[in-house]
Amino acid sequence: MSLFKVFEVSGSAVSAQSQRLNVVASNLANADAIAGPDSKPYKAREVIFQTQQVDGDPASAGVRVAQVTENNAEPRRIHDPGNPLADAQGYVTMSNVNVVEQMVNMISASRSYQTNIDVMNTAKTLLQKALQLGS
Amino acid sequence: MIDRLTQTLDFNGAALLLRSERGRVLAGNLANADTPNYKALDFNFQQALQNATGLQQATAPVQMASTQAGHAVPAGLGSPSPALQYRTPLQSSLDANTVDLDVERAAFADNTVRYEASLRFLNGQIKTLTLAINGQ
Repeated sequence: MSLFKVFEVSGSAVSAQSQRLNVVASNLANADAIAGPDSKPYKAREVIFQTQQVDGDPASAGVRVAQVTENNAEPRRIHDPGNPLADAQGYVTMSNVNVVEQMVNMISASRSYQTNIDVMNTAKTLLQKALQLGS
Repeated sequence: MIDRLTQTLDFNGAALLLRSERGRVLAGNLANADTPNYKALDFNFQQALQNATGLQQATAPVQMASTQAGHAVPAGLGSPSPALQYRTPLQSSLDANTVDLDVERAAFADNTVRYEASLRFLNGQIKTLTLAINGQ
């Protein structure tokens, strides 16, 4: 019964989306982090999705996180001479996280998560109805 | 003899199987809504059902025994694997993904309702058969 495969397909998507949400959470948490004395600011992480066939069947296309990359955009520099971590010119280096981008990413991940949960719920209902066939 | 009794169920049985198959393909599309370069898939249900039921009637109801590898198995007796086709995108996207979430969700809901309809038809036929067997 191929409806059981729906759980594998949508389940893989749910775990991939939750990993994306996790990355967004860590980006947002570090959005205002200032680079320490080693002057290495936090770089925004991004997940890369890739199609993964369940049991090598092209009809069941699951998804997985192929890799987590770092965004190489320029870090933000803010003039704050009073900060103990400021450099000689009075600038502090902060992370390169774009908060608006991350919020959009978060909403998109949450919508996709919900869609896949809905799909699994529907598949569950259908299977339950199929079990009651003939009764 | 016994397959004569249940022959009337074959059509809706095949339809049910193909509906669940399509549900799986559409779930794959929904799962890959955010995957770059993914191309949405679907199959022609009408054609797939014709293939599944037409071949079943063409071949004899007697199944051939295949005891060794390489023995010919008549087509249509295995599980139906419909020919998958790429969906034509309504709008192009920057990451070359052709999944339109609205289209896929609508197709999935449509497929669900039709699956339930097939289930009901089957249920009705089974009830009719049981009534005939019990005779009351």
